Amino acid sequence: MPDIVLQTRDLVRVFGGGRTLFMGKKPSVYAVRGVDIAVRKGETLGIVGESGCGKSTLARMLVGLDRPSDGDIQLSGAQLNDLLSQDRHALSRRIQYVFQDPISSLNPRKLIRETLSAPLRYLRNLSGKALEDRLKELMDCVNLRPEFLDRYPHEFSGGQAQRIGIARALAAEPEIIVLDEPVSALDVSVQAQVLNLLDDLKARFGLTYIFISHDLSVVEAVSDRVAVMYFGRVVEQAAGKALFVEPRHPYTRLLLDSAPVPGKRGLQGEEANAELPDPMAPPPGCAFAPRCPYAQDDCRKKIPDADFGLDNHAAACFHPLGRMA
Amino acid sequence: MSNPASSTNMTIKPRKRSARPSALKLLARNHLALMGAVIFAGVIILALITPWLPLVNPDATDPANRLLPPLSDGHFLGTDHLGRDLLSRLLWGTRVSLAVGISASLFAAFFGSAIGIISGYFGGRTDNIMMRGIDMVMAFPYILLALAIVAALGPGLMNALYAIAVVNIPFFARNIRGVTVGIVHREFVDSARLSGKGHIRILLSEILPNVMPVIVITMSTTVGWMILETAGLSFLGLGAQPPQADLGSMLGEGRKLITTALHLSAIPGGMIFVLVMSINLLGDGIRDILDPRLKSGALARPAPVTRIDRSTWDGPAHAGSGHVNGQPGAKRDAEKGAILSVEDLRTEFVLGDDVYKAVGGVSFHVGRNECVGLVGESGSGKSVTALSLLGLVASPPGTIAGGRVMLDGRDVFDMHEQEIRAIRGGRAAYVFQDPLSTLHPLFSVGDQLVEAIRAHNRVSYKEAWQKAVELLRMVRIPNPEKRADSYPHQLSGGMRQRVGIAMALANEPELIIADEPTTALDVTVQAQILKLMNNLREQHGTSVLFITHDFGVVSEICDRVAVMYAGQIVEMGTTQQVLENPAHPYTKRLIDCVPRLGETAREIAAIPGLPPAVNDLPVGCAFADRCDRAADACRAGAIDLDPLGDGHAVRCIKPMEVRHA
Repeated sequence: MPDIVLQTRDLVRVFGGGRTLFMGKKPSVYAVRGVDIAVRKGETLGIVGESGCGKSTLARMLVGLDRPSDGDIQLSGAQLNDLLSQDRHALSRRIQYVFQDPISSLNPRKLIRETLSAPLRYLRNLSGKALEDRLKELMDCVNLRPEFLDRYPHEFSGGQAQRIGIARALAAEPEIIVLDEPVSALDVSVQAQVLNLLDDLKARFGLTYIFISHDLSVVEAVSDRVAVMYFGRVVEQAAGKALFVEPRHPYTRLLLDSAPVPGKRGLQGEEANAELPDPMAPPPGCAFAPRCPYAQDDCRKKIPDADFGLDNHAAACFHPLGRMA
Repeated sequence: MSNPASSTNMTIKPRKRSARPSALKLLARNHLALMGAVIFAGVIILALITPWLPLVNPDATDPANRLLPPLSDGHFLGTDHLGRDLLSRLLWGTRVSLAVGISASLFAAFFGSAIGIISGYFGGRTDNIMMRGIDMVMAFPYILLALAIVAALGPGLMNALYAIAVVNIPFFARNIRGVTVGIVHREFVDSARLSGKGHIRILLSEILPNVMPVIVITMSTTVGWMILETAGLSFLGLGAQPPQADLGSMLGEGRKLITTALHLSAIPGGMIFVLVMSINLLGDGIRDILDPRLKSGALARPAPVTRIDRSTWDGPAHAGSGHVNGQPGAKRDAEKGAILSVEDLRTEFVLGDDVYKAVGGVSFHVGRNECVGLVGESGSGKSVTALSLLGLVASPPGTIAGGRVMLDGRDVFDMHEQEIRAIRGGRAAYVFQDPLSTLHPLFSVGDQLVEAIRAHNRVSYKEAWQKAVELLRMVRIPNPEKRADSYPHQLSGGMRQRVGIAMALANEPELIIADEPTTALDVTVQAQILKLMNNLREQHGTSVLFITHDFGVVSEICDRVAVMYAGQIVEMGTTQQVLENPAHPYTKRLIDCVPRLGETAREIAAIPGLPPAVNDLPVGCAFADRCDRAADACRAGAIDLDPLGDGHAVRCIKPMEVRHA
């Protein structure tokens, strides 16, 4: 399939581990436990999950801020690990990242001009007039006035700061942008502005997005394909809105049922034992089994797997939910 | 769309400057630091102009005139045991001591900070090796180490300088490493890495500017110490060699004659005292200015109750915004049974020359067993409203400038401090957004619940503990007997929020004020907490004031809603009225701009622009600049909260069409 721009195979990230001075075993935390995703050129892949499911670790590995413990990432056929060791800049020219907290992703002691010049100077080798023109162009792309270049981050509201974060990512002229919770720190009215801006930019520059969020409704609104993560693994993936219409994995069902919807009443929360398994000692079977109302013996013995293709709807579950009659 | 945004930005910029005084002004406000600065500047100037002063040669001996007392003819401060002029020696000696002390601290600051930044930035093995080296240096008593260095290199002023600098490197290295570790994991460093910056560029242009204030603070507090140490080494005869004068060696020479000629040691001793004290006072002043924690007012102790100053308030009768249900009679009926009734509440923050009207005349009531939602975006004043109810807004800078909060028919702001304290956590309790920061990390949750219970009831520890376990069971914490012994960090976010709710319930409050209690939680956990709160409300008949920004949560739990914008309630009504027939354009657009699950066809309509700054509110409707229905009348003057019937009210001249069933 030639149009796949990014693909991961059995991606694993373990933190800690190794041995202490006296040969004792150090505890290791499994953040990502075997993730396969593929993204086509020009699409938006949404990744949903709750805190601790490994979605941010996955995002950091995709842009080279963190290295996988096992498995590999391919970027248009090239190994991301090779790119990283040969030429970091080549990787940063292809894939960029937008951070969750817009204010803390800007250096408080530097002008916006300096922050935005860095990628132009080091990744695109611009200088002088060309750099100046490009700066203005970037500010125009994200609907900010060029005067804002000579301000410090604390003078901006969250929404404006996030536009600058997006402009910084755009400056590298990447093919893919990984958006890690880009709107969760923003107020709802501003959130919509940023979502619409992202949509415009995608159409204008032919970008590919990997959109990570904990908010189901936001992901549903922006994604062409959605993957649900739980405890370091993808548990369900589907193209289009299929996942929201008829979820197959009980966890997806629970997520959908838990989201409050304006104008509706009567959420069905689960009972109090709803906690993630211990990441230091992952269970042998399905990680969701202890919370799952449909769990059976086989769920606790073996980890269910699924063939996540590009257009199918698959769930890593031995007893997926059927069609609702 | 850039219009309203730009206008607020244009006005904010010059204002900021007046709001936060400059560093020099702050220093001038600290009288001790100012005194230190003046004395230190005086000494520096004297030291600098010494070569041009009409002084005799400090090393010229004159045995005929030895040990003259101060104020002798030709020798203002007298002479020493070799007949050398003391004033001249004192000034030249001060020059030497200052030069050595300052260069030693520059030297220590440079190498110490370099080690600290590098080991903090790279971490891992680099950090381990460098820090263990530093630990080794620190393991020696510093004066012994300095003596050893001087012994190895031979006595002399330069060698003493090296010794003192080396001895002080660990202090800088440890301090700077600590700060660097905190900065390295900030997102802007990752962002610089993704912008193509290498390690050296990141260290110099991202990390260094952010640790610079700490380096300056550390230096300002060590210069005085360094001068003392130089004097110490010279006193022992290891620093300045005769005949060169520095303060320490003068003191050492004077010591031998302390019984016969006290002034020989008293004069250099006094100079050291003046110098070091002025530097330390100035250093403390600089630290207070540069340290962000102190800058944010951590040193100012907030009052137990928010300052109340209703002198400019003209009473609820003139407020015009208090009439929710139209006729005062109807209003009284509706509020007769109310547990909480707020009338024209105004809370202001005074920062510099600016007055921030965070809450500008808010009126609402909460009936018995009712849940009222207060909805708004950040900066709309919803949290300040909640905190004002029981005078919990930090003062300074907060002031309650007007209004009444009637709790069970009595005005909270007329009560005595002790009475208000008894209400907090007693008849009215708070649940906050982040349970990790509201629970004490060093006490078990059981102990904290016991404390909450015993603050209001005279019961034994054992009884209170049983009650605490009971409370934990009530909020559905599994295995409460064991969980009561856990510390907050051992519980998950959802469990911690349950503890927060249990604590609020400890004294069977009539009213719970919940400030975004589910915002920090995952959706599945949020659903559980909302369900729990609904159940508790049914079982105990508690009233709830629920503050949130999420209309989904509102429809789940609230009976009535008040929508806030720029410090005022712009719409109020039952949840159904507000959500299905929003009358205020802001409410309508706020509901529309949130994507809804299962309704992807609906366009997400963003609200252009930004809310106005509350220190620069427009005369008319605060939303007018962002509203597509705004007319000239909207900007002309204050707009009242007009009743639409059935308890639905809106602060708008051109409300949306409302269809009531």
